[in-house]
Amino acid sequence: MAKNIGRALFKFFDERFLLSGLGAFAGKKTVPEHQHSFWYFFGGISLFLVGLQVATGLLLLLHYIPSIDGAHESIRVIMSQVKFGWLIRSVHSWSANILIGVLFVHMFSTFFLKAYRKPRELTWMTGFLLLVLFMAFGFSGYLLPWNELSYFATRVGTDIAGSLPLIGGWLKEVILGGPDISQATLSRFFWFHVAVLPVVALGVIGIHILLVQTLGMSKPIGVRETREIPFFPDFIYKDALGWILVLILIGVVCVLLPWEVGTKADPLAPTPLGIKPEWYFTFMFTTLKLIPAHVLSIEGEQLAILGFLAGGLFWFLVPFLDRRAAREKRSPAFTWIGLFVAAYIVVLTVITYTVPGL
Amino acid sequence: MRRRSFIDVFFGGSLLATAAAFLYPVLRYILPTKALASSQKSVTAAKVGELPPNAAKIFKFGAKPAVLVNTAEGRLIALAATCTHLTCTVRYEADSGTLFCPCHNGRFDLSGAVLSGPPPAPLETYGVLVAGEEIVVARKS
Amino acid sequence: MKRPTFASLFVIGFLGLPAAGLAQGNSCLDCHKELDGALQAAAVAFAQDVHGQFGLSCRDCHGGNPATDDVDKAKDKSFKGAPKRERIPEFCGGCHADAAKMRGFNPSLRVDQLDQYWTSRHGQRLKAGDAKVAVCTDCHGAHGVQTARFPKSMTFPWNIPQTCGRCHADKALMASYLLPAGQLEDYRASVHARALFDKKDLSAPACNDCHGNHGAYPPEVGSVSGVCRQCHPSAGELFAKSPHKKAFVEIEAGECGACHGNHKIEAPTNALIGSTAGSACIQCHEAGSKAWTTAAELRSLLEEFESGTASAEVALDAADRKGVEVSEARFKLQDVHTILVSAKNLTHGLDLAEIRKAIVDGENALAEVEAAGQKALAEARFRRRGLVVATICLALLAAALALKIRRLKEKRMAS
Repeated sequence: MAKNIGRALFKFFDERFLLSGLGAFAGKKTVPEHQHSFWYFFGGISLFLVGLQVATGLLLLLHYIPSIDGAHESIRVIMSQVKFGWLIRSVHSWSANILIGVLFVHMFSTFFLKAYRKPRELTWMTGFLLLVLFMAFGFSGYLLPWNELSYFATRVGTDIAGSLPLIGGWLKEVILGGPDISQATLSRFFWFHVAVLPVVALGVIGIHILLVQTLGMSKPIGVRETREIPFFPDFIYKDALGWILVLILIGVVCVLLPWEVGTKADPLAPTPLGIKPEWYFTFMFTTLKLIPAHVLSIEGEQLAILGFLAGGLFWFLVPFLDRRAAREKRSPAFTWIGLFVAAYIVVLTVITYTVPGL
Repeated sequence: MRRRSFIDVFFGGSLLATAAAFLYPVLRYILPTKALASSQKSVTAAKVGELPPNAAKIFKFGAKPAVLVNTAEGRLIALAATCTHLTCTVRYEADSGTLFCPCHNGRFDLSGAVLSGPPPAPLETYGVLVAGEEIVVARKS
Repeated sequence: MKRPTFASLFVIGFLGLPAAGLAQGNSCLDCHKELDGALQAAAVAFAQDVHGQFGLSCRDCHGGNPATDDVDKAKDKSFKGAPKRERIPEFCGGCHADAAKMRGFNPSLRVDQLDQYWTSRHGQRLKAGDAKVAVCTDCHGAHGVQTARFPKSMTFPWNIPQTCGRCHADKALMASYLLPAGQLEDYRASVHARALFDKKDLSAPACNDCHGNHGAYPPEVGSVSGVCRQCHPSAGELFAKSPHKKAFVEIEAGECGACHGNHKIEAPTNALIGSTAGSACIQCHEAGSKAWTTAAELRSLLEEFESGTASAEVALDAADRKGVEVSEARFKLQDVHTILVSAKNLTHGLDLAEIRKAIVDGENALAEVEAAGQKALAEARFRRRGLVVATICLALLAAALALKIRRLKEKRMAS
């Protein structure tokens, strides 16, 4: 009986959604298995963490108040009085940071395995776009609790945008919604964080996943192994196992180290010492601090910003620049470039937190 | 096939348990909490008309107490209520129109200045804004 | 041979001034800057002097003619040279005790310093012919005089203990007057010094706030309490109503000082009350007497309350460290703190009923905080238990998945 109803329901939806076609696709799809296939997990973990972000973000919206008088208080209420509010917010904040870290790992593993080569150029480019989008998520979300650290970090961050040549002043005002951080800024960041970015990001994620699904996983250059496992259920199960382990990790950090509320932002207070943006911006931030004021009569800070923009563009266009990989040949030059970039990011991030005065 | 069914039951059971472990906090989070209504807008010190002239009220400002005074002339004044001597909470004295710290008889006027007693520094004063029905207190800009 | 005094050096210096060719300006300063030692120091220090800032120069105190660069002409009839030590108060008082003269510079400045000085112990001894006592320049400097508002001035609040201590902490000098020399050291150990030096609280009392400045005189035993009441009026009022007031007057024990001491006034702790060593009560009350028992009871009341407050704070801190938000409870703890401080102050009045009532109020408030603290700790435990449960669920799920994955592999191998 139940089976019959189930079959009838399936038939009903199958006729409208072409479920059996999807099922056939999923049934046929395979994933290569070789010595490097461990790195495939990071894409799945990223997707899982994005889901966690959406879920906890939706829940936080229930109690968060996007006003400069109420924001900090509402976070305090979420952390102290709403049942399990501390958990939801800590999961949101912690998994957001873990997500950025996983995205970096995912990106660099893709880079070193040269998975961006033809025909997966667009997968790489949408992926890079997603990293930028999630960093924007981080930047806009950081201000929302309206605490001292986030307030001043936002000020420093937007000042950097403001020092861009030509459009700097205009850009800063557009970001802040006025000449300085105010209610307009909070409204804007809130709107950006919960409305604009999610829509854009979900769209790009859709394209990214569609590309991954239709093109399949890339096999690194020179890997002869031909073993493959079915995507469903084998690969999905393995992915899920990874997600569970990540969940356990998040649970432990959230219970033992709930995300702090901090002191409420006071625009008139002196800037606290050693103000830093979120850790994933520090490699750029510290570069700006370390670069000399003038490099060959060009302002150092502007040079660094332009350098990062150029570097970003290079990174974005790597699939088209790496001609050897496109022909399935090893391209050690790009491996070296990737190693340099990774080392640069790691070293500057580490010194930001270890060298006193940075 | 016995092993297969064991694994499936095991899998289904732990999946259900996990789902319950996740749904419980989410449900508790969504369901209304009693304590919420009271403490949300701590910067709203009082309602208009709540304070008769020459009376005052202690309210919570951030993590510290502050005092809102409606003077005999009907002026609204807000100050930090922690005495600068040994951080006791001061109270308004209607007779003299001053703020008085009971611990060591420190006395402040309504501009926060020390009138007598041991307090070494004046009380911080805040800005008062009447927004509709609510008296809102904010740090001075 | 007697060492030449400052004054005689001054005079000799003037006689031996080199006839440098100086056209105009202040020839006193021009020449003195070329000299050595104290003669040069006077001219250099004058650049910072408040008198100079008011447009006064050397001649306004010392006379002479600064317009000429001839030493002999400069030292004309009006030249007064440096005053002898015993003449210094009148030397300065020539202007500072003259309201008409002072009005031209700073009309609000008092002009009674000289009168006050003559009433001080320093002034009295100077009149009696003792030139070693402090005169104006000992506390204000001679040529680098700065107002008490200037943080580097010798009379700025946190420099005053050192200024007075230059003589009063000098054991040999004080011994010749049969005076103790430990006051500076005692003061440095006091709660007042901590406020002044560590908290930079300029309203905290330095030497002059209790002893006066120009009219410095050791306060009489009976008047010390008046001095303390300047800042601690409530303790004074309570004390005046207490049975101690009459008793202390009878035995001439003074008031505040009898329990709190004088220069080394430490932050009072509960140990000051009670029947054990370190208590002020046992100075007069015999063991076993009614007052002795009351003191012990008072001590235990306060201690119990204080330790309850402390342990509530510890509980809140612990919950805070475990990540539970406790700002609400901390806010309540502030009330308890208020009651504790005022209950301690009430001990000056010795009204046991009043003290008990304050402590009962406090304990009621404390119970709320303690409950909040326990609730927060329970919440922390609940979170950890919840984590264990959720982690077990997840671990089981992970194990089930791992089994499923293995079975899939086996099936694939088989086929």
